[in-house]
Amino acid sequence: MIDVVDLTVRYGVAVALHAVNLTVAEGEMVALIGPNGAGKSTLVNTLSGIQRPAGGTVSISGRLAHVPEGRQVFPDLTVDDNLRLGGWRIRNRDTGPIYEILPGLTPLRRRRAGRLSGGEQQMVAVGRALMARPEVLAVDELSLGLAPLVVADLVRHLRELNADHGLAVLLIEQNARLALDLCSRGYVLEAGRVVAAGTAAELAASPRVADAYLGVAG
Amino acid sequence: MREFLQYLITGVGSGCVFALVGSGLVVVHRVTRVVNFAQGSFAVIAAMTASTLLASGLPHGLAEASAVAVGAGAGLLVGLVAIGRPGTPPGASLIITLGLAVFAYAVEVLIWGDQPRSFAGVPGAVEFGGVRFQAHYLLIIGATAVVFAGTAALFARTDIGRALSACASNPYAARVVGIDIVRMGLLSFGIGGALGGLAGVLVTPIQLVTFDYDVTLIVGGFAAAVFGGLMRPLHTLVGGLLLGVAQSFVAGYGNAAYQMEVALVLLLAVMMRQAARAPAAEQEPA
Repeated sequence: MIDVVDLTVRYGVAVALHAVNLTVAEGEMVALIGPNGAGKSTLVNTLSGIQRPAGGTVSISGRLAHVPEGRQVFPDLTVDDNLRLGGWRIRNRDTGPIYEILPGLTPLRRRRAGRLSGGEQQMVAVGRALMARPEVLAVDELSLGLAPLVVADLVRHLRELNADHGLAVLLIEQNARLALDLCSRGYVLEAGRVVAAGTAAELAASPRVADAYLGVAG
Repeated sequence: MREFLQYLITGVGSGCVFALVGSGLVVVHRVTRVVNFAQGSFAVIAAMTASTLLASGLPHGLAEASAVAVGAGAGLLVGLVAIGRPGTPPGASLIITLGLAVFAYAVEVLIWGDQPRSFAGVPGAVEFGGVRFQAHYLLIIGATAVVFAGTAALFARTDIGRALSACASNPYAARVVGIDIVRMGLLSFGIGGALGGLAGVLVTPIQLVTFDYDVTLIVGGFAAAVFGGLMRPLHTLVGGLLLGVAQSFVAGYGNAAYQMEVALVLLLAVMMRQAARAPAAEQEPA
């Protein structure tokens, strides 16, 4: 689905990503964890074509949709209009299926997105991405600033989308425990470099990850 | 009373023209956050083009429509220079539009000379409340109503309008969903050019247009657009009408030489009022 080889991204003279390798297979859920400023958002921006690579290759088979960090809804537009714009690239205007997948959005469809709670906005951002009928979803900071109950609901939706619709997910998270619980495999990104990779169990057992990201003394 | 009605109708006519120029500013600003100071030039270019086409024998309607298309083309050209390079800050784009408005003088004088131009509008006169006025005023008012209804429908009911709004609302998210924000910005400049062009061809039958008439139009249009916070078309219409009527009353009951001063004082008053309200407005969703 996603095959990133030796990806390097620069902002002027600063190197944001340095020779990063990463893969996501069909129907797989993969975590990308790391501290603030590690280059996680740069990686997903490069996958979605917003950021240009300075070196290396990015190959994506199938459609990728991006749930950006901080939700990034269109605040002045209604929920329904936000969803419709998600289908802009493929000219998909049928929002009906999204309300079936995310029924919590149905009563909000005429509300302005800027007036919604953080959790509701995250739901809109996920629904907007699904309007692009993706085969792989890159979710940037699903849990940031949200209450645990809200996060649990969003995680349940992601699991269903993966199990029922075969949607592959690249989950970019600072909350490593959540990411490694949800995904089968993961990568740790620090200062623009992949410093660890493996199955979720291997990463959770690694003293480096346990100490730095899971709050467990290694 | 008869005088009052006469000044009111004249004021509504010129207010419609300010509102059309202002709506062009609003469309461009809504999408790109750029204040396009070349907006008045589109009106002058279209007015001059229409006068040339009519003089060369093109029929009414076709000549004006072609001139509006030329205005749209001029808008697109200004857009290409002002925002064509991705990442140009809105402040830099504003300065570029100001420079292009001055450059337009040279082009206009080169092509059309520095003498004022005018051409016939809708023939005949209409009587209303005992007052006779040019029938052309009805065309100005009708065209303005249609344009504002159309602009409102464009933004509220069409996908392209939603995409245009999305670019202003959250440019990053617009790029995430695959909207080409530069292309949308250029489209807004094209629409702005057409709206300015329409204002130009509508005003020329009731007002002699010279190459530097854009100053009058941009001051009036900007005052109207500021009334709507450079974002709201309907408020821009109201602002334009208030300004047009105020200027007409000043000219009728006072001195016509003070019309520009009226626009500037109104502009200043609205900007001061909005600046005073700014802290509260900032708490609204962007």
